[in-house]
Amino acid sequence: MPDGVGKVVGVRVLAAMSGGVDSAVAAARAVEAGHDVTGVHLALARNPQTYRTGARGCCTLEDSRDARRAADVLGIPFYVWDMAERFQADVVDDFVAEYAAGRTPNPCLRCNEKIKFAAVLDRAVALGFDAVVTGHHARLGADGLLRRSVDLAKDQSYVLGVLTREQLSRSMFPLGDSTKPQVRAEATRRGLAVADKPDSHDICFVADGDTRGFLAQRLGAAPGDVVDAATGEVVGRHTGAYAYTVGQRRGLHLDRPAPDGRPRYVLSITPKTNTVTVGPAEALAVSQVQARRPVWTGGPRPAAPVECEVQLRAHGDVVPATVAVTGDGLRAELHQPVRGVAAGQAIVAYRPDPAGDVVLGSATIAA
Amino acid sequence: MAYLDHAATTPMLDVALAAYVDTAREVGNASALHGAGRQARRRVEESRERVAAALGARPAEVIFTGGGTESDNLAVKGIFWARRSADRRRTRVVSSAVEHHAVLDAVDWLAAQEGAEVSSLPVDALGRVTPQRLHAELAAAADQVAVITTMWASNEVGTVQPVAELAAVAAEHGVPLHTDAIQAVGQVVVDFAASGVSALTVTGHKLGGPAGVGALVLARDVAVTPLLHGGGQERDVRSGTLDTAGIVAFAVALETAVRHQQEYAARVTALRDDLVTRVRQAVPEAVLNGDPNDRLPGNAHFSFPGCEGDALLLLLDAQGIACSTGSACSAGVAQPSHVLLAMGADSARARSSLRFTLGHTSTPEEVDALIAALPEAVDRARRAGSLRASR
Repeated sequence: MPDGVGKVVGVRVLAAMSGGVDSAVAAARAVEAGHDVTGVHLALARNPQTYRTGARGCCTLEDSRDARRAADVLGIPFYVWDMAERFQADVVDDFVAEYAAGRTPNPCLRCNEKIKFAAVLDRAVALGFDAVVTGHHARLGADGLLRRSVDLAKDQSYVLGVLTREQLSRSMFPLGDSTKPQVRAEATRRGLAVADKPDSHDICFVADGDTRGFLAQRLGAAPGDVVDAATGEVVGRHTGAYAYTVGQRRGLHLDRPAPDGRPRYVLSITPKTNTVTVGPAEALAVSQVQARRPVWTGGPRPAAPVECEVQLRAHGDVVPATVAVTGDGLRAELHQPVRGVAAGQAIVAYRPDPAGDVVLGSATIAA
Repeated sequence: MAYLDHAATTPMLDVALAAYVDTAREVGNASALHGAGRQARRRVEESRERVAAALGARPAEVIFTGGGTESDNLAVKGIFWARRSADRRRTRVVSSAVEHHAVLDAVDWLAAQEGAEVSSLPVDALGRVTPQRLHAELAAAADQVAVITTMWASNEVGTVQPVAELAAVAAEHGVPLHTDAIQAVGQVVVDFAASGVSALTVTGHKLGGPAGVGALVLARDVAVTPLLHGGGQERDVRSGTLDTAGIVAFAVALETAVRHQQEYAARVTALRDDLVTRVRQAVPEAVLNGDPNDRLPGNAHFSFPGCEGDALLLLLDAQGIACSTGSACSAGVAQPSHVLLAMGADSARARSSLRFTLGHTSTPEEVDALIAALPEAVDRARRAGSLRASR
């Protein structure tokens, strides 16, 4: 039995079905484990009326149909829940506001925190369901601990690190013990048409993948200076500081090369002065991280500093660190410097474990 | 299982199913000139006569179609096109705010693609269109109106419209009136000639026939431009090989439903009244929508304050009870009903509604099953509803 569905058999679970292969197989495994499974597709687009005309949101419509077809194959009830209003407020508006504040948000994480394991889970519980099952690649065992997937390339524990123990106690991740190729093979075996549907990579609400254009549309043009960190000189102009991310190298459009001829990167964004500060790669290196709003998933709030590993962005490097609680936040001393640490991203702390690294906790990077 | 969604589709009558199977075993294109073709044609024409007789129309007025949506589109667009061609000033369409999407979206399409000007007649709190409003609409500029379309009875809230009075107003101004009678035929008395309408939509699967076959009854003096062009079947109005088996089964079902309408209505109305009484006992806050008297026999449509209809549907579905929240968009998202909104309900009340519809197979046990499951479902749906409200 795959990990994550080994809980009490025969409970009523709600399977969040995106229309992709992962959530379809996750639902199938929950059915096979003997649970009473109901499939739900979340309609997240702001104006579902546009679905009628097919003018926009065609991908969403197709995903909805794929999810429905998978539920039909599994023989489970299936409904579409309209979460568009909450998604707009809690994920999309937040995404824009975070960029406007010079930070780099992770909308998938935010969606897990506010939609899938909050609004959807709360509604499910109110309607009499015991848990929500999703196709996330992470392990969640009977011990209630969240661990990395066996498929490290697909591991999503980083974007789930924000979940509380309470949320995790009502969640099931049946795919954590499987690799993506195994999941696809199983989908084929089960006759699920989504078996070879491509993985989704882009932010779902930025349909064309042009995040900068998406932000520009909402925040408007706000021209300002690009400044060299070392000299304080203006080395270029930008049309909106929000379009930049710490660590970014491409698309800076600098007027002149650096005196040393080496590439320059975004070091920081200052919304107050609408300035983007650039400098050499080594200036990006950070060895201390402050973070706020910590969630301690893997145990109680640590009383003393913890030696662990931390990850500072999705699919980012993992480095050893000492993590200490500071008031209502936390501080991580990195044992080796990391480049491209952006405010707004999550720091997730892991305890290395042969059975899958355990998520200890998570917080939002402040500086 | 309790099937309380007969307005969506109702089981085929045994006689219709038998007629379908018998006919489907026979070969023959009704347009062909040989013996097999003549046999098929004979079955189609007999069916046309049965449909005409049951609906108070002449056989030549019955055009077989692929169902209700096609008939509605043919009537609305076809009559608009034909009358505008005859007189360029006729660019207006008068509709009501509570039409089915098959009419509503056809009218919207005419507005968007053909430059039609659309007047939507408002309804009162019970969902009724009033002849006075139609009169006021036509008094201004009847010579600019190409077509009027108002349904016979509401598929959502079950309100039966004063169709004959509306048709009289239309006739007074010389404008053809189409009525979507899909929900009405077999449920209430529907007589094409006596009603005075110019065009009437009926479909098979709401009255015990197969889905995918229906008819547009069209007065002979009303011109219509075809939607489908091809072999020239159905007096050149509706090309396409005739679905002989479907047409035969449709005619048998329609004839049977109309013949038994009185006893059906008496039995189903009693069962429906029992359902309404017991729902109100079980959930005192429940509000019955639609006209309490002039309503379809099988229709019980409620708002359950504090609940969302789609939550109730999920919970009742889990208990084996099939009912409906009204329309959903093509992605499956429940929409607040345009009918309830037109009746003056706010969005919350529109979203809190649920439709139970009874039909020829309905039993008291099915009502019992609903009443047994409803209180807990309402309780849970309220808890879920309060999450949204408290946000």
